[in-house]
Amino acid sequence: MCRIGAIKSLDYVHPSRALRLMQSQQKGHDNSGFAMVMQNLGGIFESYKHLPTLSMACTDKGIKIAENILHEIGFRRILQWSPEVNDWPGLDINAMPHYVFETFNYPPQYENARRKEREELLLNTRLKLRAALEEDEEGFVYSFWPDVITLKEIGDPHDIGTYFNLWEADSRFTAKVITAQCRQNTNYDIVRYAAHPFHLQGYTALANGENTFYLKNKEFQQRLHRGYIGFESDSQCFLYTLHYVHRELGWPLNYYKHVVTPLPFEEIEKRDDQKQLLAIRQSLAHLEINGPNTIIGMLPDNTLFTCCDAKKLRPVVIGRDERTVVITSEVCGINEILPERNWEDDIYPNERETIVVTDDLEVQRWKQ
Amino acid sequence: METVKLNDITVNDLPWKIAYDASRCTMCGSCVATCSFRAIKPKVERRRMVFSEGDFPEPQARFSAVPVIHQVNSIRDYCRGCGMCEKVCPNDAIKPVRNPDTRHPIVTRCLGGDSIKRGGRKNLEGSTRTLDTIRVGRISQMTDPSLDAQRHTFDLLAPFGRILPPKKLPYSATLDNSLETKEKTPPVNWIYPVIIGDMSIGALSWRMWEAVAMATAYLNEECGLPVRMCSGEGGVPVRLLKSKYLKYTILQIASGHFGWNRIVNAMPHMVEDPAGVLIKIGQGAKPGDGGLLMAQKVAKHIQAIRGVPKADLLSPPNHQGLYSIEESVQKMFLSFNAAFKFRVPVAIKVAASATSVSVFNNLVRDPYNIVGGFFLDGIDGGTGAAHEVSLDHTGHPIVSKLRDCYLAAVTQGRQGQIPLWAAGGLGKTGDLAADAFKMICLGANGVFTGKLILQMAGCIGNDLGRCNACNTGLCPAGITTQEPQLAHRLDPDKAAQNIVNYFLAMDQEIKKLMAPIGNSSLPVGRADALVATDRAVADRLQIQHVC
Repeated sequence: MCRIGAIKSLDYVHPSRALRLMQSQQKGHDNSGFAMVMQNLGGIFESYKHLPTLSMACTDKGIKIAENILHEIGFRRILQWSPEVNDWPGLDINAMPHYVFETFNYPPQYENARRKEREELLLNTRLKLRAALEEDEEGFVYSFWPDVITLKEIGDPHDIGTYFNLWEADSRFTAKVITAQCRQNTNYDIVRYAAHPFHLQGYTALANGENTFYLKNKEFQQRLHRGYIGFESDSQCFLYTLHYVHRELGWPLNYYKHVVTPLPFEEIEKRDDQKQLLAIRQSLAHLEINGPNTIIGMLPDNTLFTCCDAKKLRPVVIGRDERTVVITSEVCGINEILPERNWEDDIYPNERETIVVTDDLEVQRWKQ
Repeated sequence: METVKLNDITVNDLPWKIAYDASRCTMCGSCVATCSFRAIKPKVERRRMVFSEGDFPEPQARFSAVPVIHQVNSIRDYCRGCGMCEKVCPNDAIKPVRNPDTRHPIVTRCLGGDSIKRGGRKNLEGSTRTLDTIRVGRISQMTDPSLDAQRHTFDLLAPFGRILPPKKLPYSATLDNSLETKEKTPPVNWIYPVIIGDMSIGALSWRMWEAVAMATAYLNEECGLPVRMCSGEGGVPVRLLKSKYLKYTILQIASGHFGWNRIVNAMPHMVEDPAGVLIKIGQGAKPGDGGLLMAQKVAKHIQAIRGVPKADLLSPPNHQGLYSIEESVQKMFLSFNAAFKFRVPVAIKVAASATSVSVFNNLVRDPYNIVGGFFLDGIDGGTGAAHEVSLDHTGHPIVSKLRDCYLAAVTQGRQGQIPLWAAGGLGKTGDLAADAFKMICLGANGVFTGKLILQMAGCIGNDLGRCNACNTGLCPAGITTQEPQLAHRLDPDKAAQNIVNYFLAMDQEIKKLMAPIGNSSLPVGRADALVATDRAVADRLQIQHVC
């Protein structure tokens, strides 16, 4: 089973906190991997928030393939950072030769382009890189987006932390939002892309659960948008739906919950907005999820949220102090990193709630 | 004794023979009175009897005239095997027995010079039904728990109406984080995923039709199941057209347009909109053929409702004036949408065919968004009257065709935009819940059923040639007849009660199938929940093969 976690803070946070958050919940997951997405970056990336950063794991050949493609499109690298790795014997990690985090200037012809055009360029470039590196598994491209870094690896999360030297906090590699998960998706094949969090155009999602409407979701989503690919995990569907509802349809976030876990018809009938809710059940019926799930999502504006399946079959808890909010599967994780908080303020959301953490750390409870 | 000629019809030429035991018969006459086909009659036989009257055996013989029950040798008044005689006999003296040596298919054609017509289903039994090689094999366990069919709530509703692609929804975000629209969207009704299929008043006795209408109203008003019935092509009693119960009725129009004069005239007096309009292009049991109501069933009230004289009523095989899919979309759909001011969804019913996917593709791409449902009817369904050659030898099974249409929609990202409704032999084994559930997993939004409804009411016809006399107007169960004395055999209250109870049982059974796969709403298109024990079926339907 997965355990998921997210930290959102007014201060820059080092990934060691995310590791500690997840490590205390290790009895709940199977220690088969670690993945995280960092957004609103600090440290060495702080000055380059407006420029896209590529997160990639690859071979020697993979680097060359990627650099050629990026160069051809016109991206100009201005920052490159690779974590110093501790390649000690005995560590349980299935490591790739290179972990690349590179920040680029946009191609000259995009200098004055509109934001939307740039965003499409970034997605197209990532998809191109991914396709080019897929053959012979020369590399894995996790994200290519401003102010976002993604790291994923197969192995024991503790050892992965050791390998990347993530247990030692420093101020060079930090972010104000970190989402993390400690399991390779073992429902299907062990593939790096299958580990959540997943990222697409500023949207991030991770989940603890099983999406029994996976086939329905997948068959519908793969025709909705060119970025909806892979489907190595049934949890990718949650990201694509979030991206579709919020970005493609331009609907407010509160409708995400209505799409993934629509209200029963008899409750819809009593509502003023029944027309809208029925339209959702009709036109977006294939984006409904079923089965036990807890989802954590992050929007491009750093808003963090969580919601559950309609039967509340998976756990989640939100704890906070003045400067940090933590969303995670089990309260022991919050106890580990926010031991001094008032636990009476912890929120255990119900099956019809969305808990939203705004960028200024206000925690809102939305009733569906 | 009369001379018998070689080509005279004898009982042995007929499909059923009457087994009669004179020693058990009390001559009560019940069997003769009840046989609607006049296939048996009383007669007197000269019989030899041996008897002894003294204290010691002194056998003597005597001849006497004995009244007996006799089977008629006629290709018109022949025994259909309905078994009503057996049912009413107080002494178990009589019953029909299937005749494996029948020459009926040959002698009927030879003597009549006309094609054989009958009701019922296809009577050529093939191999195992496709649906019976499929099981619900993806069971939720462990971390993805099953649901509790009794305790959890389930959403068992299906859309009837045109569903817009998400990007065509006219909703935009407001400042207070809600969605608003100023435009109209196509009407969609959410209804129970099993529709009572289109059987006309005319094909059915008025008492049977009333029973179906009563059951539908009761299921809605008292049981909370929004079940809809389709009128069939033959009009609707004016009393129902003007009542609030019209909202549970889907009005059908077919190529004969029977009954629509009254419907149109009643429009200004309607207090509710109908549940929908179904344009029937074809029927699965006799594809490529129009409706057929034999003159013997066109009673006075049928003449009045349909506005016709007493004659064979044949709907043309196609809608006159429609020569293309585009035309059908533009003309018929628009006019029927407009008739109810775009408040009532309009759907199409076609016979499953090798070309169904092309038809579906054309409709699903229609830019007007006015086709509110694709009703696909396969072979194996029943009919009131058809040529036997059509029943037995034309048509297309429903399962793969429904799947093809769903996958065609998937390929275009248009699944669900025209809801798919499937029929054709579903519930043939008596278990409609399982068949409906499997069809839904294969991509149907819902199913419709006709023949099974008649069987709930007491129809004794089967697919082995029993009865199948719906066309004659002599239905022994009072279901497909307009003869008052036969129609009164059917108790509409009891028939309605049976239908209601069957739906309640089926509702529980559908939940018992949804619970183990862990779904609280209908698993439309969840083919991953199914497994097939037959490799060819698995490959064809793109589901997992198991052995």
